[in-house]
Amino acid sequence: MIRRKGHSKRPAKPQPTVKPARRRGAQRAGFSLQNWLKHYFRLHAQVFVSSLGRLMKSPAASLMTAAVIGIALALPSGMLTLLDNLQRLSAGWDGGASISLFLNADISDENAVKIAQQLQSREELASVKVLSRAQALEDFRAHSGFGAALDNLDENPLPAVLVIQPTPQHSEALAVQQLVQRLSDMPSTDLAQLDLQWVKRFNALMEIGRRGIWVVGSLLGLAVLLIVGNTIRLDIQSRREEIEITKLIGGTDAFIRRPFLHTGIWYGLLGTVIATLLVHIAFFLLSGPVSQLAGLYQSSFLLQSLGFVNMLSLIAIGCLLGWAGSWLAVGRHLRAIEPT
Amino acid sequence: MIRLEEVSKRYPGGQDALSGIDLHIPAGRLCFLTGHSGAGKSTLLKLITAIERPSRGQVFIDGQNISRIPYRQIPFLRRKIGVIFQNHRLLFDRTVFDNVALPMIIAGIDYRETGRRVRAALDKVGLLDKEKAYPITLSGGEQQRVGIARAVVNRPPLVLADEPTGNLDPELSREIMALFEQFNQVGVTILIASHDIALIEQLDYPIIRLSHGRLADTPGWNS
Repeated sequence: MIRRKGHSKRPAKPQPTVKPARRRGAQRAGFSLQNWLKHYFRLHAQVFVSSLGRLMKSPAASLMTAAVIGIALALPSGMLTLLDNLQRLSAGWDGGASISLFLNADISDENAVKIAQQLQSREELASVKVLSRAQALEDFRAHSGFGAALDNLDENPLPAVLVIQPTPQHSEALAVQQLVQRLSDMPSTDLAQLDLQWVKRFNALMEIGRRGIWVVGSLLGLAVLLIVGNTIRLDIQSRREEIEITKLIGGTDAFIRRPFLHTGIWYGLLGTVIATLLVHIAFFLLSGPVSQLAGLYQSSFLLQSLGFVNMLSLIAIGCLLGWAGSWLAVGRHLRAIEPT
Repeated sequence: MIRLEEVSKRYPGGQDALSGIDLHIPAGRLCFLTGHSGAGKSTLLKLITAIERPSRGQVFIDGQNISRIPYRQIPFLRRKIGVIFQNHRLLFDRTVFDNVALPMIIAGIDYRETGRRVRAALDKVGLLDKEKAYPITLSGGEQQRVGIARAVVNRPPLVLADEPTGNLDPELSREIMALFEQFNQVGVTILIASHDIALIEQLDYPIIRLSHGRLADTPGWNS
């Protein structure tokens, strides 16, 4: 079928191969940047498609290589996305640094409310909430599990607590520290505690996590590089004859290198597609339990999977690793194959 | 087209494959290169295609001194030389058309021109109806003709053939030689290495004889 089509396009009688000199001259005269670009892109597009075709000739083997790359890339990108989610969760906490002001135990609930009213008038404080001794006892009984022990006590051991929210202007680290200092200097204060401490610790932990993921991610990236490199090396060896012949009839190193580099890029691309799929599946599986947990904390937090921009960077990284891996193999092995 | 001046080639650890060769083949000629095996025919062809470099002396192709040709320029030298191998050296995972088109693709010729020239070359060697076939399905003679089509498709000014009739019966061999004569008639310089003395002596072309790495007999214009 295809052949017949080809025939119909062909001139009825092909011209014999004559007048080589004239044609060559004409071709050289037509050389321009535009032609060169056209030629360059056509060559690349052609090789890009044909190297995919070559991969498709052994789909199982290609898919396995791509899957290994996909898993290696899915691990760090999935963990980073998880970390991003945690950071998003904690972002709401940073601004809302609140101060817990534990009053002396001998201050009654009525006095606590008076102190709260005095404090309320201060301009640096946005809100003051009173947690009365009775309420504190109630909460403690409900959440601590020591309710029975409390029943044995004659009187309420818990002090009244004022939960103080500074205005945003006074939420900066230094201003807040000074505020805490002033509050703890008040005679009725037992202890003024800045609740920011644990947010800081949480953020520090996340930073460690991020570093850890980058280290693991770099190692896995290196593994991808080596996987692609080794696959391409085997490919080069199995196409040794073809490389020799191409060199004999005037193929430059760049020409011979090109299909291997494109194959590497394809491996990277397919690997990232698989990685993206894996991350999405994992997050889909996690999202149910996570929103359930968030519901228990009266939060509407939703787990977000790999975003569009991150997906694009993952694809870029995958292609780059594939390209670099095949470049490693090609650089090492192509020069060694010379026609004899 | 081909000029060798005082060329010697010694392989590492071996004796001289060629020594003191002075040879000139002008453009547009068809010459035979003959000699017993080990006389240096293959080495001479390898020097011309820059697969090997001479140990001493100079090799000029189309006026260009290639004895110390930089690695990067070798592909462009080889595009001016069509080479035909005794064992054909075709790519067996590609069709006849794709095999013949390879030099055109390497040179970056566009599709339409490539298709036209590949079919013209296949027509010339009488294999136009085999363009979609795979080389493995062809006979030895047909494979050799595919190799010839690939060598001439880019219209190189120089064609080298290394034992092109080595595995063919006398009748097929004469057909192949007739093809070379046709190319020569349109101005292509052709050098055919062959030990088939009986065949080449039937044809009236100059013969270069090598013996133990030295020129034993050269065409008249060399003196």
